[in-house]
Parts: sequence; structure tokens; C-alpha cells
Amino acid sequence: MAVKKKIAKKSAPKKDNKKIGTNKKTIKKVAKKVTTKKVVKSKTPINTQKTLEASLIELIKNTSAILPDDVQKVILEALHREEKNTTAEYAMNIIKANIDLAKKKSQPLCQDTGTVLFYVSHPQNFDQNKFTTLIQKAVVKSTELGFLRQNSVDSLTGENSGMNVGPGHPSIHYHQHNKKTVEVKLMLKGGGCENVGAQYSLPFTALDAGRDLNGVRKVILDAVHKAQGKGCGPGVLGICIGGDRGAGYIESKEQLLRRLDDTNEVKELALLEKEIVETSNKLGIGPMGFGGKTTLLGCKISALNRLPASFFVSISYMCWAYRRQGIELAANNQIKKWLY
Amino acid sequence: MKKLNYPFTHEQVRDLKVGDMVLITGKLFTGRDAVHKRLHDGVKPPVDLTNQIIYHCGPVILQDPKTKKYKVTAAGPTTSIREEPYQADVMKDYGIVGVIGKGGMGPKTLAGCKDYGCVYFHAIGGAAQVLAEKIDSVDAVHWLDLGSPEAIWELSVTEFPVVVTMDAHGNSLHAKVEASSAIELTKALKV
Repeated sequence: MAVKKKIAKKSAPKKDNKKIGTNKKTIKKVAKKVTTKKVVKSKTPINTQKTLEASLIELIKNTSAILPDDVQKVILEALHREEKNTTAEYAMNIIKANIDLAKKKSQPLCQDTGTVLFYVSHPQNFDQNKFTTLIQKAVVKSTELGFLRQNSVDSLTGENSGMNVGPGHPSIHYHQHNKKTVEVKLMLKGGGCENVGAQYSLPFTALDAGRDLNGVRKVILDAVHKAQGKGCGPGVLGICIGGDRGAGYIESKEQLLRRLDDTNEVKELALLEKEIVETSNKLGIGPMGFGGKTTLLGCKISALNRLPASFFVSISYMCWAYRRQGIELAANNQIKKWLY
Repeated sequence: MKKLNYPFTHEQVRDLKVGDMVLITGKLFTGRDAVHKRLHDGVKPPVDLTNQIIYHCGPVILQDPKTKKYKVTAAGPTTSIREEPYQADVMKDYGIVGVIGKGGMGPKTLAGCKDYGCVYFHAIGGAAQVLAEKIDSVDAVHWLDLGSPEAIWELSVTEFPVVVTMDAHGNSLHAKVEASSAIELTKALKV
């Protein structure tokens, strides 16, 4: 009501200037007209909501079908590294063909479209609840369109909702940043690779792994060995040193949002990342665990503070079908740019 | 590259060895966690699985709303090791000739392969599009009450690419790679 009055007051004199000798009745009419206009205007947010839904669906579709350039690059390097006429080279060739075909057909690269993980960075005064509802809508639509598999199961009844929405699904992480724009990153992480993730508590006596970087290194290599080819290797590790058990796993996944070709700002972690990849590739596990030269495509590590009593190393394994993408939204909610 | 054509026989698969790259043409039946559990619980399969191949796969399937026809849009393998408690018994009880999956299976299944003349074929994990292209048709669906990814989908395939990683003679590529990489790991941990 207050808004209506304000507009009426503001607009009326303007109209007055045009129509000389206007009476009270005309002013009322003008006010009504402007109010109607306002109603039309209030439709705009609904339209931008539709635009946002469309942008999110586009994000889901592309994430499911197209691997980002930095991932494709390391996969090609791995293909060329393997010896000719081996099962390892055969596997990498099929992987390469699959990447090209999924892109061409705009269809899911892997049938396990995984846990749907959204990471939303937003400015202050941002309505998270509204955004969550729109993300859920976009996920349902994407499932109907076949960009996502019906992948959400009630843990008690075993029932599949068929729509990928339910407690914990999709997984949405909000983060306020100092920019004015909204950035939405999406990761689709399959169950096979999620199952080979691991969390160690140091000291870990079985490996003689103490509470230092060498101990961290030992448990990471152990996790790579335990994973063998089961996580659809060659894979990428996201790792968090420290934190509590929950924060450690969340952070380890967020490490997978980093570009593969970036360099860790912490010097000793940058060295460790490099060394883990080199040493893992010497284990000879190879693509799919067939034996071969590439076991890991990358490794990203960060550290959180820990309690004096705890020292966790949390490891998330990402398969070669490393589906992550991101968008920056324009003011009208269209996709302004792709982030990877 | 070897070829395995329908109808499959135990004799055919006994000729296959670890490391063989094989193109399979014929019929496959998808079956993963819920199917294996149900079969293991003694529920009679809805189709005769004798001499058939079970594919550990939860495909993305779309149904045409008009024609009601099913179409596979993505169909890569799922991790097989989850069926380790059941697989050897399913081999014994239902007379299958092989399974297709990813990640390999354990000693119980390897013994089952030897005892019942079966082979474990490894498909390329994540290669859902390349593998879906090899599927010519969806011929039937059973046990859809388990949910689409868990149901038994009867598929016709042409030159479906796999690698034998466990054969009917007690050999497992997975056991071999695990052992050799364990030696390398021990070396790396000493540094």
C-alpha cells in the first residue's frame, strides 16, 4: 500500500504538467494506471526466476555432459603416456571417445550423475531459501530431461524419489563473498569414487604415520593403493589436513573446485601435491586398475586448524569423469560467463 | 581383439584369459545391488538366466511418453565389489556364464568363476555414452519395483567392449595389480 501511494504521488504531478487543469478524478485514474504498471513490473522477478531456473538447468546439463578443459587436458596427456596396445591405452582411448561423444550428444558422460553438489557464492542480502527452492526445481527438471539419473534413495525405506530431491539432496553450500555477483559452481560426484574416499586419524600405527607431513603423505598413498581402480581411475584427490571429521570431508571436496593447473599458495603443500601424483603413478595401478602409468591425474591439498587432540586427514577421490562447472550470473540471471 | 557372440556357452568363456580385450554381441541383463540381494534371498528370477551375462549397471533410461518405448541414454558399469557376498552363489544357482562390471571382484567370486565356468568382464567405468551406443534395443524390463537403476533391463548389444580381468582358471588381474602395487607402496613409504 505504501508503495502504491508513493508512486501515485510521484507520478501524479508529472501527469499534471501535461494535462493542464486536471481534477482529482484524473489524478486518481493516473494513480490506478501506474499501480497496474507496477503489477506488470512485479512480474519481472518471476521472469528472472524463470531465467535463473533455465540458467541452472543449463549448468546441470553442461556439467553432466562436458568435462572442463583443465580435466580434458590431463586426460589427453595420460592417454599419450600409456604404452601402445595395452589394456591401459585401450581404457584411455574409450574414455577419450566417451568424452567426445557425450559432448556431441549433450548427454550424461557417466550414468552415475552422482551427488549433486552446489557451491553458491553470493553477496550480502541474498535470499538463500528462495535460491534453494529454485535449485531444487532445476534439479527436478534436469532429472525429467535425463541430464541427471534418478539417484536419490530413502536410506530407511530404500525408495527412490525419482526426482533427486530429499533430505540432503541436492547438497547446497552457501558462501558469502565480497563481490556483487552470484557464482554457482556445480560438481557431480559419482558413488564409485565417493566410496573409495577415506579419513585417517594420525598417528596411524599400521603405516607408522605420525603427526607430520610425512605421516600425511603415507596415509594418502595408502588410500591411493586401497582405491586401486575401484574409483574409476585415473582420478584426482581432494585432501584436507586437520579440521574435525565433518569439516575435513567438506573441505576435501571443496579442494576439487580448484583448477587442476593452479599452484598451491602454501609452498610445502604445493610440493606435497606434486609428489603424491608422481609417487602414485609409480605404483602401477593404472587406468581402471588394469596396470599402467597413470594412477592419478592430480592432487589438491589444504589445511584447516585442528584440536590438539585430533589430527585427521580427509581424502575425497574424484573419478576421471570429473564433472564440475560453474557460472557467474548476470543481474537478469542469465549466464554471464562460465567459470571453468 | 576377441569376439564373443550370442548364444553364449561356458565352453566359449573358458577359452578367455585375463587381459583379453573382447567385443560382446548379443544379450545382456542388468543387475546390481538390489537384484543380487533378491536373487540371493532365493526369489526366483523373472527370466531364465542360464548361459546369460549379468551386467552390473544402473542405466539412465528414458521412456517415450507416446510409444512407451524405453531408450538407454547412459549405461556404464557400476562398482562390482558390492556383489561379492552374492556373486558366486548367483553363478552357481542360475548358471550364468559371466558378469560385466568395474573395479573387479574378490576371492569368493574368483573361485566361483573357476568352479562354475564364468568370467568377469571389466567395462570402462564412466564410459556411459560409448557403451550406450553399443546397445541396439531395450527388449524388456523386470523388477521395476526396485527403481529404474536397480531393475533388470534386458538389452541387445553389438560389439560391447570389455576386458577380461578374472578368468575361469583362477587368474585375476586385480589380485595381480594389487600385489605388485603393494610392493611399490612399501618402497615409497620407506622414503
